[in-house]
Amino acid sequence: MSLLTKERDIVIPGEALAEGMDYLPGENTYRESEKIYSKVLGLASITGRVLKVTSLSGPYIPRVGDKIICKVTDITFSGWRIDTNTAYSAMLNVKDATARFIRKEEDLSKILSIGDYVVAMIVNVTSQNLIDLSMKEPGMHKLLGGRIIKINTHKVPRVIGKQGSMITLIKERTQTEITVGQNGLIWLKGTPEGELKAEQAIHLVEEKSHLEGLTEKIQQFLS
Amino acid sequence: MAYKKRVDGRKVDELRPMEAKAGVIPNADGSAYFKIGNTVAYAAVYGPRELYPKFLQNPKTGIIRCFYNMMPFSGSGERIRPGGNRRSKEISLVMTNALAPVIDLSEFPNTVVDIFVELPQTDAGTRCAAISAVAIALADAGIPMKDMVSSVAVGQVDGTVVADLNYNEEAYPAIVSDIPVAMLHNSKQVTLLQMDGEISKKDLLVALEMAKIATEQVYAVQMKALKERFQ
Amino acid sequence: MIIVNKETIAQLALQDKRLDGRGLTEYRTPIAIETNISKTAEGSVRVQIGQTIILAGLKMAIEKPYNDTPDEGGIMINAELVPLSGPQYEPGPPGKKAVELARVVDRGIREAKAIDMKKLCLVQGEKAWFITIDLVTLNDAGNLLDAAGLAALAVLKEAVFPAYEPHTGVIDYKTKTDQHLPLIKEPLPVTVYKISGQLLVDLTSQEEDAFEARLTVASDEKGILSALQKGGEAPLSIEEIDRIIDLALEKAKFLRGQLK
Repeated sequence: MSLLTKERDIVIPGEALAEGMDYLPGENTYRESEKIYSKVLGLASITGRVLKVTSLSGPYIPRVGDKIICKVTDITFSGWRIDTNTAYSAMLNVKDATARFIRKEEDLSKILSIGDYVVAMIVNVTSQNLIDLSMKEPGMHKLLGGRIIKINTHKVPRVIGKQGSMITLIKERTQTEITVGQNGLIWLKGTPEGELKAEQAIHLVEEKSHLEGLTEKIQQFLS
Repeated sequence: MAYKKRVDGRKVDELRPMEAKAGVIPNADGSAYFKIGNTVAYAAVYGPRELYPKFLQNPKTGIIRCFYNMMPFSGSGERIRPGGNRRSKEISLVMTNALAPVIDLSEFPNTVVDIFVELPQTDAGTRCAAISAVAIALADAGIPMKDMVSSVAVGQVDGTVVADLNYNEEAYPAIVSDIPVAMLHNSKQVTLLQMDGEISKKDLLVALEMAKIATEQVYAVQMKALKERFQ
Repeated sequence: MIIVNKETIAQLALQDKRLDGRGLTEYRTPIAIETNISKTAEGSVRVQIGQTIILAGLKMAIEKPYNDTPDEGGIMINAELVPLSGPQYEPGPPGKKAVELARVVDRGIREAKAIDMKKLCLVQGEKAWFITIDLVTLNDAGNLLDAAGLAALAVLKEAVFPAYEPHTGVIDYKTKTDQHLPLIKEPLPVTVYKISGQLLVDLTSQEEDAFEARLTVASDEKGILSALQKGGEAPLSIEEIDRIIDLALEKAKFLRGQLK
């Protein structure tokens, strides 16, 4: 009848988190007879009676409503095939590509061509992880110039920060336009120096996100 | 004449010194270095990623594939011709079976997680070192796993049951058995079991009891490597 | 990992700039060389340039000399770009890239006559030492060729003969002598790349997608060239080749300095 871990402990797969029936298994955990175990490498957290583990690494799992950065890999009759930086490709249907009407005979490659990167929103995910994307929502667009960097997808919330505080800090200090995709791809556009500084700041957040005083560290780095 | 003093002076149940580190290959989704005595294994995990040819895909789950390889200069004698052989194919297969029971890829249907192991120097126990390295690399890659897999060989040298045989013990001029074992940390279930040599059933069971304690020591090293990754 | 289009890299090069802030002719840091990483090899090193990591292991064997050089031993260099080292590599026999890498490093050493092959001969026409260097990638983050060349030279300097009993003809690989190989020159390959008409060294994987032409120049410590290999589809002018060789000689000297 006891807890075997503390809040924010790093736990490994198979590590016992609690014994007895007082606690309930939450995200990334499971119960086997008397014990609750972690299923991933991550940070333990305890909310009331529920134990969960927040992954520190691992693949991105597509969710409806997520904004992701992805690449056009093919053009079909009905739209575009898109590489999502996951094990699953996605479809962007003609009707979901822009808010304007696309005529039947229009050349789709004039709208998006193979190799283009876009910011798009996930509008549907099936049980087999087939993904539908849309670019009709505000803020969705084709990415021109700049650079795209890839980070651990589990660090995306920390790069964004509370109410966008971290990303705003980096944008302002480096004078760089930044779009963060939930799939771990981040687009940066500014001067080469600004982009590099922003890139380094983001990687610093990625590395130090589990440590105390992160904002101060980043402020110091950017000053 | 029974085997009383081990060739390198270890106690019968004592493992060779171990070292492990997670996250050693930046390109990989997860990676590890694992050393036991003079046997060194690097493991890299890529995926879940798209699986081709398509007929290999499983719509209910992702699958794993292991590729074990000894570097050409890693053997104790002559250079090993690169390109794999029957032995490396067999080890790749038993490694896959040793790891698959704990891996849960149900959230990633139709995909594959590819696992590559390369050994730059060896002194017996290579498949066990490979499995122990891979378990760290899989956890580092964030792959959901119900338990850790820890692996080490046990065996019998001239009548004495010992843990973690080195090359000189495998080649000892008497009756020797070498038994690579992988065990799950929580349930103590066996996921790898092979044997070369001769041993009685009674002694085999004694050796497997010893494997429980021996794999626990491997587990402690794996756990430390994973926790240090984020400190 | 960074994704950019080729034009971005080309435009930056025109302004003497690179994605990671380096100068055009600046190598990444750290450049680290660790020796004796494999006790089973007669010599072994781990070379790191930035995030590119490669291992080299040297093995020796006694074989019959070739008919046309009955009083000489030999050397062979092999490279394995293993799938452990990057998502683009697949299991299977070495591809074109691995074969080119091995052959260019091999020629740089062989043609420089860096090893006194006669000193490898044990019994004329019958027995001589043959050296094999295997290069195995751990992490391909670009410019494998320079890293491989550095690893090959480092391992030649580091390796020692195994114990050999001439009466029985048996090599005792477990016992190492303190006798080093008869290395008389120190050739190193340096690859210079052309992007937007500018010359760059030590490209990252992203930059490698954007180069127009490259020239690998192997040279020894006296500046004598021992191998050349042009790559890429764009041509090079003689004036460019002149500048490339000057740059390659300067960088070879710099890399050789890292070995000490």
